[in-house]
Amino acid sequence: MIGVGKIKQYTNVLEKPISKGKQEVSLSAFAFLFSELVQYNQTHVDNISELERRLEDAGYAVGARVLELLCHREKGNRRETRLLGILSFVHSTVWKVLFGKVADSLEKGTEHEDEYMISEKELLVNRFISIPKDMGTFNCGAFVAGIVRGVLDGAGFPAVVTAHFVPMEGQQRPRTTILIKFAEEVLQREARLG
Amino acid sequence: MAPVAPRSGDAIFANVERVNAELFTLTYGAIVRQLLTDLEEVEEVNKQLDEMGYNIGVRLIDEFLAKSNVSRCVDFKETAEVIAKVGFKMFLGITATVTNWDADGTSCSLVLEDNPLVDFVELPDTCQGLYYCNILSGVIRGGLEMVSMKTEVTWLRDMLRGDDAYELQVKLLKQVPEEYPYKDDE
Repeated sequence: MIGVGKIKQYTNVLEKPISKGKQEVSLSAFAFLFSELVQYNQTHVDNISELERRLEDAGYAVGARVLELLCHREKGNRRETRLLGILSFVHSTVWKVLFGKVADSLEKGTEHEDEYMISEKELLVNRFISIPKDMGTFNCGAFVAGIVRGVLDGAGFPAVVTAHFVPMEGQQRPRTTILIKFAEEVLQREARLG
Repeated sequence: MAPVAPRSGDAIFANVERVNAELFTLTYGAIVRQLLTDLEEVEEVNKQLDEMGYNIGVRLIDEFLAKSNVSRCVDFKETAEVIAKVGFKMFLGITATVTNWDADGTSCSLVLEDNPLVDFVELPDTCQGLYYCNILSGVIRGGLEMVSMKTEVTWLRDMLRGDDAYELQVKLLKQVPEEYPYKDDE
Protein backbone atom coordinates (compact mmCIF):
# COMPACT_ATOMS: atom_id res chain seq x y z
CA MET A 1 0.00 0.00 0.00
CA ILE A 2 1.40 3.34 -0.94
CA GLY A 3 2.47 5.77 1.70
CA VAL A 4 0.65 4.19 4.59
CA GLY A 5 1.93 5.39 7.93
CA LYS A 6 4.81 7.41 6.49
CA ILE A 7 4.90 11.17 6.25
CA LYS A 8 5.41 12.46 2.77
CA GLN A 9 9.00 13.15 1.90
CA TYR A 10 9.84 16.45 0.36
CA THR A 11 13.04 16.67 -1.59
CA ASN A 12 13.23 20.40 -1.15
CA VAL A 13 12.55 22.16 2.14
CA LEU A 14 10.85 24.93 0.17
CA GLU A 15 8.16 22.53 -0.98
CA LYS A 16 7.14 21.54 2.51
CA PRO A 17 3.92 23.23 3.58
CA ILE A 18 4.33 25.75 6.37
CA SER A 19 3.04 24.40 9.65
CA LYS A 20 0.12 26.11 11.35
CA GLY A 21 2.36 27.08 14.21
CA LYS A 22 0.39 25.21 16.81
CA GLN A 23 3.06 22.74 17.78
CA GLU A 24 4.47 23.17 21.26
CA VAL A 25 7.42 22.07 23.28
CA SER A 26 7.77 22.21 27.03
CA LEU A 27 8.92 25.45 28.62
CA SER A 28 11.74 23.62 30.34
CA ALA A 29 13.12 22.38 27.03
CA PHE A 30 13.32 25.97 25.85
CA ALA A 31 14.73 27.14 29.17
CA PHE A 32 17.48 24.50 29.08
CA LEU A 33 18.34 25.43 25.51
CA PHE A 34 18.46 29.13 26.29
CA SER A 35 20.64 28.56 29.34
CA GLU A 36 23.10 26.62 27.20
CA LEU A 37 23.15 29.50 24.72
CA VAL A 38 23.99 31.95 27.50
CA GLN A 39 26.56 29.65 29.10
CA TYR A 40 28.29 28.98 25.79
CA ASN A 41 28.54 32.69 25.07
CA GLN A 42 29.79 33.44 28.58
CA THR A 43 32.90 31.38 27.91
CA HIS A 44 33.64 33.22 24.69
CA VAL A 45 33.51 36.82 25.80
CA ASP A 46 35.52 39.10 28.03
CA ASN A 47 32.90 41.50 29.22
CA ILE A 48 29.19 42.05 29.70
CA SER A 49 28.50 44.24 26.70
CA GLU A 50 30.11 41.69 24.41
CA LEU A 51 27.85 39.01 25.90
CA GLU A 52 24.79 41.18 25.39
CA ARG A 53 25.84 41.85 21.82
CA ARG A 54 26.21 38.15 21.06
CA LEU A 55 22.82 37.33 22.55
CA GLU A 56 21.33 40.18 20.57
CA ASP A 57 22.90 38.89 17.37
CA ALA A 58 21.41 35.47 18.01
CA GLY A 59 18.03 37.09 18.58
CA TYR A 60 18.40 39.20 15.42
CA ALA A 61 18.52 36.08 13.28
CA VAL A 62 15.41 34.74 15.01
CA GLY A 63 13.61 38.06 14.49
CA ALA A 64 14.34 38.22 10.79
CA ARG A 65 12.87 34.76 10.30
CA VAL A 66 9.90 35.39 12.55
CA LEU A 67 9.00 38.44 10.47
CA GLU A 68 9.01 36.44 7.25
CA LEU A 69 7.03 33.61 8.75
CA LEU A 70 4.39 35.74 10.42
CA CYS A 71 3.95 38.13 7.51
CA HIS A 72 3.16 35.20 5.34
CA ARG A 73 1.08 33.22 7.77
CA GLU A 74 -0.73 35.76 9.92
CA LYS A 75 -1.03 38.80 7.76
CA GLY A 76 -1.48 37.39 4.29
CA ASN A 77 1.72 38.99 3.03
CA ARG A 78 0.61 42.53 3.78
CA ARG A 79 3.48 44.81 4.68
CA GLU A 80 3.41 47.38 7.47
CA THR A 81 4.53 50.80 6.34
CA ARG A 82 3.57 52.94 9.31
CA LEU A 83 5.42 53.16 12.60
CA LEU A 84 2.45 52.45 14.81
CA GLY A 85 1.50 49.58 12.55
CA ILE A 86 4.80 47.80 12.92
CA LEU A 87 4.92 48.52 16.65
CA SER A 88 1.53 47.00 17.24
CA PHE A 89 2.54 44.06 15.04
CA VAL A 90 5.52 43.44 17.32
CA HIS A 91 3.58 44.10 20.51
CA SER A 92 0.65 41.86 19.64
CA THR A 93 1.28 39.36 16.86
CA VAL A 94 4.94 38.62 17.39
CA TRP A 95 4.61 38.45 21.17
CA LYS A 96 1.49 36.31 20.94
CA VAL A 97 3.12 33.78 18.65
CA LEU A 98 6.47 33.59 20.42
CA PHE A 99 5.46 33.96 24.05
CA GLY A 100 1.80 32.99 24.07
CA LYS A 101 0.42 36.37 25.12
CA VAL A 102 0.53 39.97 23.95
CA ALA A 103 3.13 42.17 25.60
CA ASP A 104 2.05 43.91 28.77
CA SER A 105 2.30 47.43 27.46
CA LEU A 106 3.47 49.62 24.62
CA GLU A 107 4.39 53.18 25.47
CA LYS A 108 5.82 56.15 23.71
CA GLY A 109 8.86 57.71 25.31
CA THR A 110 8.25 61.07 26.92
CA GLU A 111 11.71 62.49 26.62
CA HIS A 112 12.55 61.66 23.03
CA GLU A 113 10.38 61.52 19.96
CA ASP A 114 12.06 58.44 18.60
CA GLU A 115 11.77 56.17 21.63
CA TYR A 116 9.13 53.57 22.30
CA MET A 117 8.97 50.98 25.04
CA ILE A 118 7.47 47.54 25.21
CA SER A 119 7.20 46.30 28.77
CA GLU A 120 6.74 42.88 30.20
CA LYS A 121 6.39 41.90 33.83
CA GLU A 122 8.52 38.79 33.39
CA LEU A 123 10.13 37.93 30.09
CA LEU A 124 9.81 34.29 29.22
CA VAL A 125 13.52 33.98 28.63
CA ASN A 126 14.33 35.47 32.04
CA ARG A 127 12.01 33.22 34.00
CA PHE A 128 14.63 30.83 35.25
CA ILE A 129 17.60 33.16 35.15
CA SER A 130 19.09 35.06 38.05
CA ILE A 131 21.82 37.58 37.43
CA PRO A 132 24.76 37.53 39.86
CA LYS A 133 25.60 40.89 41.46
CA ASP A 134 28.93 41.19 39.71
CA MET A 135 27.27 41.19 36.31
CA GLY A 136 25.67 44.53 36.98
CA THR A 137 23.02 45.53 34.54
CA PHE A 138 23.26 42.54 32.27
CA ASN A 139 19.91 41.34 31.02
CA CYS A 140 19.31 38.14 29.09
CA GLY A 141 16.39 39.98 27.57
CA ALA A 142 19.04 41.16 25.12
CA PHE A 143 17.97 38.09 23.18
CA VAL A 144 14.42 39.39 22.94
CA ALA A 145 15.76 42.85 22.11
CA GLY A 146 17.60 41.19 19.24
CA ILE A 147 14.41 39.53 18.06
CA VAL A 148 12.61 42.89 18.01
CA ARG A 149 15.52 44.51 16.20
CA GLY A 150 15.47 41.72 13.63
CA VAL A 151 11.76 42.18 13.01
CA LEU A 152 12.03 45.97 12.73
CA ASP A 153 15.10 45.89 10.52
CA GLY A 154 13.54 43.37 8.17
CA ALA A 155 10.40 45.46 7.95
CA GLY A 156 12.36 48.57 7.02
CA PHE A 157 12.38 50.36 10.38
CA PRO A 158 16.01 50.36 11.50
CA ALA A 159 16.31 50.88 15.22
CA VAL A 160 18.55 50.38 18.22
CA VAL A 161 16.83 48.04 20.65
CA THR A 162 17.93 47.34 24.19
CA ALA A 163 16.51 45.55 27.21
CA HIS A 164 16.45 47.08 30.68
CA PHE A 165 15.31 46.10 34.11
CA VAL A 166 12.98 48.60 35.70
CA PRO A 167 12.42 48.04 39.40
CA MET A 168 8.77 48.25 40.35
CA GLU A 169 7.48 49.26 43.73
CA GLY A 170 5.92 46.49 45.69
CA GLN A 171 7.23 43.77 43.42
CA GLN A 172 10.18 41.55 44.05
CA ARG A 173 11.30 41.03 40.48
CA PRO A 174 11.85 44.09 38.33
CA ARG A 175 9.87 44.63 35.18
CA THR A 176 11.68 44.30 31.86
CA THR A 177 11.43 47.06 29.30
CA ILE A 178 12.49 46.72 25.70
CA LEU A 179 13.56 50.20 24.60
CA ILE A 180 13.28 50.88 20.88
CA LYS A 181 15.06 53.91 19.47
CA PHE A 182 14.25 54.43 15.83
CA ALA A 183 16.77 55.74 13.35
CA GLU A 184 16.44 59.27 12.03
CA GLU A 185 15.29 58.17 8.59
CA VAL A 186 12.32 56.31 10.03
CA LEU A 187 10.97 59.42 11.72
CA GLN A 188 11.56 61.54 8.66
CA ARG A 189 9.72 59.05 6.50
CA GLU A 190 6.91 58.88 9.02
CA ALA A 191 6.62 62.67 9.00
CA ARG A 192 6.52 62.71 5.20
CA LEU A 193 3.77 60.13 5.13
CA GLY A 194 1.75 62.39 7.36
CA MET B 1 1.23 6.30 51.25
CA ALA B 2 0.62 4.20 48.17
CA PRO B 3 3.24 4.70 45.46
CA VAL B 4 2.07 7.07 42.75
CA ALA B 5 1.67 5.35 39.40
CA PRO B 6 3.88 6.63 36.58
CA ARG B 7 2.08 9.12 34.39
CA SER B 8 1.89 8.83 30.67
CA GLY B 9 3.86 11.19 28.50
CA ASP B 10 0.70 12.81 27.18
CA ALA B 11 -0.63 13.53 30.64
CA ILE B 12 2.60 15.15 31.75
CA PHE B 13 2.93 17.18 28.58
CA ALA B 14 -0.58 18.48 29.06
CA ASN B 15 0.34 19.61 32.56
CA VAL B 16 3.67 21.33 31.98
CA GLU B 17 3.92 24.86 30.74
CA ARG B 18 4.52 24.95 27.03
CA VAL B 19 5.95 27.40 24.56
CA ASN B 20 5.62 27.75 20.85
CA ALA B 21 7.78 25.20 19.09
CA GLU B 22 8.84 27.77 16.53
CA LEU B 23 10.58 29.89 19.15
CA PHE B 24 12.41 26.75 20.22
CA THR B 25 13.28 25.83 16.64
CA LEU B 26 14.53 29.29 15.74
CA THR B 27 16.55 29.61 18.95
CA TYR B 28 18.21 26.27 18.25
CA GLY B 29 18.96 27.43 14.72
CA ALA B 30 20.56 30.58 16.10
CA ILE B 31 22.74 28.46 18.39
CA VAL B 32 23.90 26.21 15.55
CA ARG B 33 24.60 29.25 13.39
CA GLN B 34 26.64 30.86 16.15
CA LEU B 35 28.64 27.67 16.62
CA LEU B 36 29.32 27.39 12.92
CA THR B 37 30.56 30.98 12.81
CA ASP B 38 32.78 30.54 15.86
CA LEU B 39 34.16 27.09 15.29
CA GLU B 40 34.04 26.81 11.50
CA GLU B 41 34.89 23.10 11.53
CA VAL B 42 31.82 20.90 11.21
CA GLU B 43 33.33 18.21 13.43
CA GLU B 44 33.98 20.76 16.17
CA VAL B 45 30.39 21.94 15.96
CA ASN B 46 29.15 18.36 16.27
CA LYS B 47 31.27 17.91 19.36
CA GLN B 48 30.16 21.18 20.90
CA LEU B 49 26.50 20.38 20.29
CA ASP B 50 27.01 17.04 21.99
CA GLU B 51 28.69 18.79 24.94
CA MET B 52 25.83 21.24 25.27
CA GLY B 53 23.39 18.39 25.09
CA TYR B 54 25.30 16.56 27.81
CA ASN B 55 25.08 19.60 30.10
CA ILE B 56 21.37 19.82 29.46
CA GLY B 57 20.89 16.09 29.98
CA VAL B 58 22.45 16.00 33.44
CA ARG B 59 19.94 18.61 34.62
CA LEU B 60 17.03 17.43 32.55
CA ILE B 61 17.05 14.00 34.17
CA ASP B 62 16.14 15.55 37.53
CA GLU B 63 13.10 17.23 36.10
CA PHE B 64 12.18 14.11 34.21
CA LEU B 65 12.29 11.90 37.27
CA ALA B 66 10.44 14.46 39.36
CA LYS B 67 7.58 14.96 36.95
CA SER B 68 7.12 11.51 35.55
CA ASN B 69 7.12 9.34 38.67
CA VAL B 70 8.66 6.42 36.82
CA SER B 71 9.99 3.73 39.06
CA ARG B 72 13.43 2.28 38.62
CA CYS B 73 13.70 0.61 35.24
CA VAL B 74 14.34 -3.10 35.46
CA ASP B 75 16.52 -3.33 32.39
CA PHE B 76 17.81 -1.32 29.49
CA LYS B 77 14.82 -2.30 27.36
CA GLU B 78 12.48 -0.58 29.76
CA THR B 79 14.79 2.42 29.90
CA ALA B 80 14.67 2.85 26.17
CA GLU B 81 10.88 2.56 26.13
CA VAL B 82 10.55 5.16 28.87
CA ILE B 83 12.85 7.59 27.03
CA ALA B 84 10.92 7.15 23.81
CA LYS B 85 7.40 7.29 25.18
CA VAL B 86 7.64 9.56 28.19
CA GLY B 87 10.85 11.54 27.85
CA PHE B 88 10.52 12.79 24.31
CA LYS B 89 6.83 13.45 24.78
CA MET B 90 7.32 15.40 27.96
CA PHE B 91 9.90 17.79 26.62
CA LEU B 92 9.46 17.95 22.89
CA GLY B 93 5.89 16.84 22.43
CA ILE B 94 6.85 14.03 20.05
CA THR B 95 6.93 10.29 20.48
CA ALA B 96 9.73 8.08 19.35
CA THR B 97 9.62 4.39 18.63
CA VAL B 98 12.13 1.84 19.81
CA THR B 99 13.33 -0.68 17.26
CA ASN B 100 16.28 -2.82 16.28
CA TRP B 101 17.18 -4.49 19.51
CA ASP B 102 20.39 -6.41 19.24
CA ALA B 103 20.90 -9.91 20.56
CA ASP B 104 21.97 -9.11 24.12
CA GLY B 105 19.61 -6.20 24.63
CA THR B 106 22.27 -3.53 25.01
CA SER B 107 21.71 -1.58 21.85
CA CYS B 108 18.59 -0.20 20.24
CA SER B 109 17.39 2.45 17.86
CA LEU B 110 15.11 5.34 18.66
CA VAL B 111 13.24 6.47 15.58
CA LEU B 112 11.76 9.97 15.45
CA GLU B 113 9.21 10.67 12.79
CA ASP B 114 8.98 14.38 13.28
CA ASN B 115 11.41 16.61 15.04
CA PRO B 116 10.73 20.17 16.17
CA LEU B 117 14.41 21.07 15.97
CA VAL B 118 14.56 20.85 12.20
CA ASP B 119 11.54 22.80 11.00
CA PHE B 120 12.53 25.13 8.17
CA VAL B 121 16.06 23.72 8.08
CA GLU B 122 18.07 22.74 5.06
CA LEU B 123 21.75 21.87 5.19
CA PRO B 124 23.90 23.78 2.74
CA ASP B 125 26.65 22.05 0.78
CA THR B 126 29.34 23.48 3.03
CA CYS B 127 27.92 21.74 6.09
CA GLN B 128 27.29 18.28 4.82
CA GLY B 129 29.03 16.56 7.72
CA LEU B 130 26.96 18.36 10.32
CA TYR B 131 24.71 16.39 12.63
CA TYR B 132 22.25 19.19 13.13
CA CYS B 133 20.35 17.50 15.96
CA ASN B 134 23.43 16.34 17.79
CA ILE B 135 22.25 18.09 20.91
CA LEU B 136 19.71 15.29 21.31
CA SER B 137 22.39 12.63 21.46
CA GLY B 138 24.16 14.62 24.18
CA VAL B 139 20.96 15.00 26.17
CA ILE B 140 20.31 11.26 26.16
CA ARG B 141 23.90 10.45 27.02
CA GLY B 142 23.96 13.00 29.86
CA GLY B 143 20.66 11.93 31.30
CA LEU B 144 21.51 8.26 31.30
CA GLU B 145 24.91 8.86 32.82
CA MET B 146 23.22 10.45 35.81
CA VAL B 147 21.29 7.26 36.36
CA SER B 148 24.42 5.15 36.27
CA MET B 149 24.41 4.05 32.66
CA LYS B 150 27.31 4.86 30.39
CA THR B 151 26.05 4.93 26.84
CA GLU B 152 27.16 5.79 23.37
CA VAL B 153 24.64 7.58 21.19
CA THR B 154 25.11 7.93 17.45
CA TRP B 155 23.00 8.99 14.52
CA LEU B 156 22.08 6.29 12.03
CA ARG B 157 19.62 8.18 9.89
CA ASP B 158 19.18 11.90 9.49
CA MET B 159 16.42 13.46 7.40
CA LEU B 160 18.51 16.53 6.70
CA ARG B 161 20.95 14.27 4.92
CA GLY B 162 18.32 12.69 2.74
CA ASP B 163 17.14 9.76 4.86
CA ASP B 164 13.48 9.20 5.60
CA ALA B 165 13.51 9.51 9.37
CA TYR B 166 15.70 10.38 12.34
CA GLU B 167 17.27 7.33 13.92
CA LEU B 168 19.47 7.38 16.98
CA GLN B 169 21.38 4.36 18.10
CA VAL B 170 21.70 4.08 21.86
CA LYS B 171 24.26 1.57 23.01
CA LEU B 172 24.69 0.67 26.64
CA LEU B 173 28.40 0.46 27.39
CA LYS B 174 28.22 -0.36 31.04
CA GLN B 175 26.16 0.03 34.16
CA VAL B 176 28.12 1.94 36.73
CA PRO B 177 27.13 0.92 40.24
CA GLU B 178 26.23 3.81 42.49
CA GLU B 179 29.05 4.90 44.71
CA TYR B 180 28.28 5.95 48.22
CA PRO B 181 30.38 8.79 49.55
CA TYR B 182 30.60 7.26 53.03
CA LYS B 183 31.47 3.78 54.13
CA ASP B 184 28.66 2.13 56.04
CA ASP B 185 30.64 1.08 59.06
CA GLU B 186 32.45 4.33 59.76
